[in-house]
Amino acid sequence: METALTLHRLQFAFTIMYHYLFPQLTMGLALLIVIMKGLALWKKDELYNRSARFWAKIFAINFAMGVVTGIPMEFQFGTNWAKFSTFAGGIIGQTLAMEGVFAFFLESSFLGLFLFGEKKLGPRGHFFAAFMVFLGSWLSGYFIIVTNAWMQHPVGYSLDAEGQVHLTDFWAFLLNPWALWQYLHNMLGAVVTSSFVVAAVGAFYWLTGQHLEYARRFLRLGLASAAVSSLLVAFPTGDMQGKMVAKHQPVTLAAMEGLFQTKEGAELILIGQPDMENLRIDNPIHIPNLLSFLTYHRWKAEVKGLDAFPRDVWPDNIPLLYYAYHIMVGLGTIFIAVAALGMLLWWRQRLFDSRWYLWIVMLSFPFPYIANTAGWMTAELGRQPWLVYGVLRTADGASPLVSGGNALFTLLGFMGIYATLSLLFVFLILREVSHGPDHVQQPLP
Amino acid sequence: METFWYIALSFMFIMYVILDGFDLGAGIVHFWVGRTEGDRRIILNAIGPYWDGNEVWLIAAGGTLYFAFPKLYAASFSGFYLPLILVLWVLILRALGIELRHHVQHLMWKAFWDRTFSVGSLLLTVFLGAALGNIIRGVPLNQDGYFFVPLWTNFLPGPHPGVLDWFTLLFVAVAVSTLTVHGAHYLAFKTGGELQQRAARVAGRAWWGLTVCSVLALVATPAVRPGFWARFGEHPWGGAFVLLSLAGWLGMYAFNRKGEHFRAFLASAAFIAGMGAVTAFAHYPVTLYSSVNPAWNLTVHNTAAGAYGLKIGLLWWIPGILLACAYFAYLFYIFRGKITSVPEDAGY
Repeated sequence: METALTLHRLQFAFTIMYHYLFPQLTMGLALLIVIMKGLALWKKDELYNRSARFWAKIFAINFAMGVVTGIPMEFQFGTNWAKFSTFAGGIIGQTLAMEGVFAFFLESSFLGLFLFGEKKLGPRGHFFAAFMVFLGSWLSGYFIIVTNAWMQHPVGYSLDAEGQVHLTDFWAFLLNPWALWQYLHNMLGAVVTSSFVVAAVGAFYWLTGQHLEYARRFLRLGLASAAVSSLLVAFPTGDMQGKMVAKHQPVTLAAMEGLFQTKEGAELILIGQPDMENLRIDNPIHIPNLLSFLTYHRWKAEVKGLDAFPRDVWPDNIPLLYYAYHIMVGLGTIFIAVAALGMLLWWRQRLFDSRWYLWIVMLSFPFPYIANTAGWMTAELGRQPWLVYGVLRTADGASPLVSGGNALFTLLGFMGIYATLSLLFVFLILREVSHGPDHVQQPLP
Repeated sequence: METFWYIALSFMFIMYVILDGFDLGAGIVHFWVGRTEGDRRIILNAIGPYWDGNEVWLIAAGGTLYFAFPKLYAASFSGFYLPLILVLWVLILRALGIELRHHVQHLMWKAFWDRTFSVGSLLLTVFLGAALGNIIRGVPLNQDGYFFVPLWTNFLPGPHPGVLDWFTLLFVAVAVSTLTVHGAHYLAFKTGGELQQRAARVAGRAWWGLTVCSVLALVATPAVRPGFWARFGEHPWGGAFVLLSLAGWLGMYAFNRKGEHFRAFLASAAFIAGMGAVTAFAHYPVTLYSSVNPAWNLTVHNTAAGAYGLKIGLLWWIPGILLACAYFAYLFYIFRGKITSVPEDAGY
C-alpha cells in the first residue's frame, strides 16, 4: 500500500507538472495577444495584427497540448484518488464542473472562431474573439485555483457523523481568501512566462538579423509586461500569499524557510542546506531579523519554528519543499533584475544596441517555467501530509483497489507518451519560429 | 433533487455522444469515405471548428458527475482504471492527429496522423460501446462501493467479468456501427460531390450492420440484465424514448435514400438520443449494478452529494448549459455551409 501511494503521488505530480508547462504559457499569451490585437486596432498598425497571428499559432499548439494533458488531470481524481473523490467530490466537483461548463465551452468555441474566423468576423469581431479566449482561459484558472485553495485552506463546509464533508456555504467556498491571492500570484506567474517567451523570440530575431520590425515589437511588449508582472508577482501577491501561509499553515512556513527553532527576530535564510539529521541549516547565508519583519512587520516578532509542531504534521519532504521555495524566490528576484535592466536600456535608447543584454533575454525564457513549477511544488509539498489541510491525510485519499503495479504501469506509460509529445512540441515550435511571422500571412477563410 | 441531476447527467452524456459521435464517426470512415489526401483534408476541416468543443461535453459531464454523485465517480473511475487510462492515451494521440496534421506539408507526415486519427476514433468508439455494455451488465462492486475490473477474464458476463466479454463486445459493435452511420451522415450533409455520395453510400451500408447489431443487443439485454424493461411497464410514458429510437432508425434509412442528408443526420442523432434515454430510464434509480450482490448496487440516493450542494449547483449549471448551447448554435451558424475544397496549408 505504501508503494502504491508513492506511485499515485508520483503519477499525479508528474502529469500535473508536465501539464502546467502549457497553460502557463497560454494564459499569459492570451493576455498578450489581446494587447497585440488592441494595439493593432488603436494604432492602426497592421504589424501587430500579423504579430497576433504568429503568436496565435504558437498559442494553438500550446493550447492543444494543454487540452490533451489536462483531461488526464480530471480523470485521475477518480482513477487514482477515489477515496479523496468520495470524500470531497461534492465540494471540489463544483468548481471542476463549473470550469467545464463556463470556461471550457467558452474557450473552445471562441478559439475556433479566433483561429478560423478572422475574415468572417472582421477586425472588431476578431478582437472580441481573442478577448473571449483570454476570458475563458483566465476563468478556467480561477476555478482550478479555488479547487486547490479549498484543499490548502478548507472553508464553507461541515463534517457529518460519518466523516463526510458537505458544502455549507457556496460563496465562502468560491471567494476563499486563500484563492484570491493565490489566483493573482499564479496568473501573474503565467504572464511572466509568456512575457519572457515573447521577448526571447524577439531577441532571437534581432540577434540573427531577421524580421526586425517584429523583433522590436516583441521585445518592447515582452519586456514591458515582464517588468510589470515580475514586480507584481513578488509584491503584493507573493507577499500576501506568504502571509496566508504564515497564518493558516505556520508549520509549512517554517519548513519553507528552513526555520527549525522558534525564534524572536528570526533570520531570513538566503542559501543553505537543510540538515534533517541535526535539524538545522548547514552553511547558511542569512539576513538577521528579516523573516520576522517580512511576516509580521516587526523586527523582533516571534516566528514559530518546526520545533513548535508535532512531527506528524511536518511536511513529509522538507528539503525538497525548502529548495523548491528558494528556487522560486531566487528566480523571481532575478526576473525583476533582468526586466528592470531592460527598462533602463530602453529608456536610455540602448536596448537594441546591447547585444549582450539581448543574449541574456533570449536565454532567459526557460527560467520562468522552472520558477512556476517550483512555486507549485512549494504549494503542494507544503500542504503535505494533508490532502485537504487539517481534514484528510494524503495517505487516506488513494484508490483502495488500484494496485501499485497498475499505477507503475500507467506512470511509465504517461512518461513515454509525454516524452513523445515533447519531441513533437519542440519540433513544431522551432518550425514556427524559424518560419517567422511572415509565413502564411493571409487570414484564413 | 438527485433525480434532476440524474436527468441532467444523462442529457450531458447523450449530447456528448451525439456531438463527439459525429467527429468520431468521421474518423472511423476517414479512409473509407476520404480516398485522396484532398478528401481527407475536407473531412478534417468539416469537423475542425467543432471537435474540441464536442469533447468538452465529456469533460463537463465528467465534472458534473463528480460534484453531483462523487461516490459514483470515485467508484467507476477507480474501478475502470486500466480502460480509462488507455482512453486518455488514445484521446491524446487522436487529438494530436487532428491538430498536428496540417503543420507540415509532407505526405508521410499527413498519412501518419490520418491513421492516428482514424484508429484513435475507432478505439474510442470501442471504449464507449464497452462502457455502455458494462453499465448495463454490472460490475463486481463490493460492500464498500468499490471494484476493480481487469480488461477481460473469460469473456462471459458473470459475477467477476472483465471489461470485455461477449455481451459488452456486442455493444461495441452497436457503438461502432451507429457512429459509422452518424459520422457518414454528417459528412454527407457537410460536403458535396463524390465525397458526399461516398459518405451516403457508406451510411446506407452501415445502417444494415447497425440494424443487425441492435437487434442482437436487444435480444441479449434481458438475458444478461433481467428486468431491464420492468420500469417501462410501471411508467408507460418511458415508451416515448423507445419510439424516438425507432423513428430515428427508420428516418436514417428513409432520409439517406432520398438524399436528404441533414435530416438523415438528425435521424441518427435521434436514434442515439433515444437509445441513451432508454438505458437511463430503464436503470433509474440504479447508477451502477453490482454483479456480486444486488444490495451493493450504487444508486442516485447512496452516491449523491449533500442536499445544499446539489441545490446550489442549479444556480450555475442551468445558466452555464444555456450559455454553452448558445455558443454551439453561434459556432454552427458562423461555420455553416458545405466544405467542398480546402487549400493545402490552411486549417486542418
